[in-house]
Amino acid sequence: MSVADTITITYREALREAIREAMLADERVFLMGEDVGAYGGSFGVSKGLLAEFGPERIRDTPLSESAFVGAGIGSAMGGMRPIVEVMTVNFCLLALDQIMNNAATITHMSGGQFAIPLVIRMTTGAGRQVAAQHSHSLEGWLAHIPGLKVLAPATLADARRMLTPALADPNPVLIFEHGSLYNMEGELRAGGAAVDIEHAAIRRDGGDVTLVTYGGTLPTTLTAADELAGSGIDAEVIDLRVLRPLDDATVMASVARTHRAVIIDEGWRSGSLAAEISARIMEQAFYELDAPVARVCSAEVPMPYPAHLERAALPQPDAVVAEVRRMVGADV
Amino acid sequence: MSVPASLDRDHGHLLLRQMLLIRRFEEKCVELYSATKIRGFLHLYIGEEAVAVGVMQALDPQDTIVATYREHGHALVRGVSPGSIMAEMYGKVEGCSRGRGGSMHLFDAATRFFGGNAIVGGGLPLAVGLALADRLQGRERVTACFFGDGAVAEGEFHESMNLAALWNLPVLFCCENNRYAMGTAIERYESETDLALKAASYEMTAWSVDGMDVLAVEDAARKAAAEVRDGGRPCFLELKTYRFRAHSMYDPDLYRTKEEIESWKQHDPIPALIAGLRSAELLSDEDVARLEQEIAQEIEAAIAFAEAGTFEPVEELERFVYYEPTHPEGEAL
Repeated sequence: MSVADTITITYREALREAIREAMLADERVFLMGEDVGAYGGSFGVSKGLLAEFGPERIRDTPLSESAFVGAGIGSAMGGMRPIVEVMTVNFCLLALDQIMNNAATITHMSGGQFAIPLVIRMTTGAGRQVAAQHSHSLEGWLAHIPGLKVLAPATLADARRMLTPALADPNPVLIFEHGSLYNMEGELRAGGAAVDIEHAAIRRDGGDVTLVTYGGTLPTTLTAADELAGSGIDAEVIDLRVLRPLDDATVMASVARTHRAVIIDEGWRSGSLAAEISARIMEQAFYELDAPVARVCSAEVPMPYPAHLERAALPQPDAVVAEVRRMVGADV
Repeated sequence: MSVPASLDRDHGHLLLRQMLLIRRFEEKCVELYSATKIRGFLHLYIGEEAVAVGVMQALDPQDTIVATYREHGHALVRGVSPGSIMAEMYGKVEGCSRGRGGSMHLFDAATRFFGGNAIVGGGLPLAVGLALADRLQGRERVTACFFGDGAVAEGEFHESMNLAALWNLPVLFCCENNRYAMGTAIERYESETDLALKAASYEMTAWSVDGMDVLAVEDAARKAAAEVRDGGRPCFLELKTYRFRAHSMYDPDLYRTKEEIESWKQHDPIPALIAGLRSAELLSDEDVARLEQEIAQEIEAAIAFAEAGTFEPVEELERFVYYEPTHPEGEAL
């Protein structure tokens, strides 16, 4: 690929370009949330969009998560294509009534009469020393809920291109942006291919072990895979991308090749997405396994503030490496 | 109540007919609940009929309704067919929500009836969003949002009132103040019991109305709806009413006295309208008998429709979790 075909872009800029593109393509699309306008987005994603699109389509809201998430649902039912930004997943707890009791249920409760073409974006995850009320990975809770679709873009391409299919979907789609990824920078093919919001992706091929992850722990997992390669262990890395509905087939096909699986999940271990995936591997690929499925998750503690404790609480590459080595019986 | 001499006879009869339809429909629901034809939660609107009937007179077909779990009356007056409402309570596919919702979740895209919302206060943000969609698409509609006095204690009430006023959205907030949040009297859960005063603090016009007087409700609703429609701003109506029956079929009604209930029944909106129409010589005994007979037939037809309905095959259990673009009713909007 020639240099002219690619652009250097950050994850944050990729998200912004996706919103711009959607707003230019469809008059029904608008963005609302706390500080998305004059402030430019608390993580800078929507910077500049107010000047470009004006306050009708880039709407700053009061600190009223339940009202503006619910207004997103209502406006979607009224024919708009809202993008609602919730500053962090911890804050979405104030809007869980709307997400669970309305967004996820109205299509079903009404016997299928109403579509809810709503996108809710929110930041998730730790790594920035913002302690126990701004750091958690609660996407697994939301992925528990039938009626929602849940996405976790972990690459520049997904940050740039997942929004289009999410807005085209007639169901509520939640997009989790990991806070540690916003500054990630890299090359992106200009005008690259569309992405789907149905399948997991293999980010690294390998035959010895399957590492299943998503979102903020994808870089962690790829780092671990590189280190394992140095000692001759060839790990396949699966990026789930879509947390609901889960793409079982991609995971099971990989496990059938490698016969070992480790799940890396920034959520707490108990009742986690990692637990769900582990159960599915047990249910669907038990006889392919040469070892019990293993998990590397966050320590079961509210996120502490000091850097060394936060680091210790989160899945790190060395923990992934150690788990894989234990599994394959490596001595080193 | 006094009926103005200028009241159109047919309109008076329409109001009476709609209130009677709700009353008799709800009475039949009690029987069918006892007969185990209807299950789950059942919340009756008996005593509060003047509210839905009065407010609905001010709404046009293109307007939007968001209601609560005590919504049979609103759905009936809005024009959702009694048969499809009854079939819904029977859990039949012919129900207005294909039987998936039941008594608390009546939905009907054709009449722009957006539930049937059973989380107290949860419908208000939806109404704000529906009105926002109208504003952004340049449609001059009113979204009428019904909720009880209990909702006023919820954060979603305050968030929604603020947002609607801040953004000048065309929502008609209709607070059905029946004085009880389930079994807790308003004096026991609100520091300020003047609900219109609360609404006014959000910089919107607010009226407090006798919700047992259908003509007063209609008059206030017409003024409020006109202000919403022409002014493009939200308004608030507090409709003071009373439910004659318990909160739901499970409620032994231990928290209020028989004397209190009886004293409110002296203000029953239906006999009041009948008396008013009679004294204005707009209604005869024969008229009442005829209305009762027509309504009885309509309700019997609704029950027959529900009885003849079908249960959805269990194989379809997991349908409608996600939207099916080929759904015969299609997307509402």
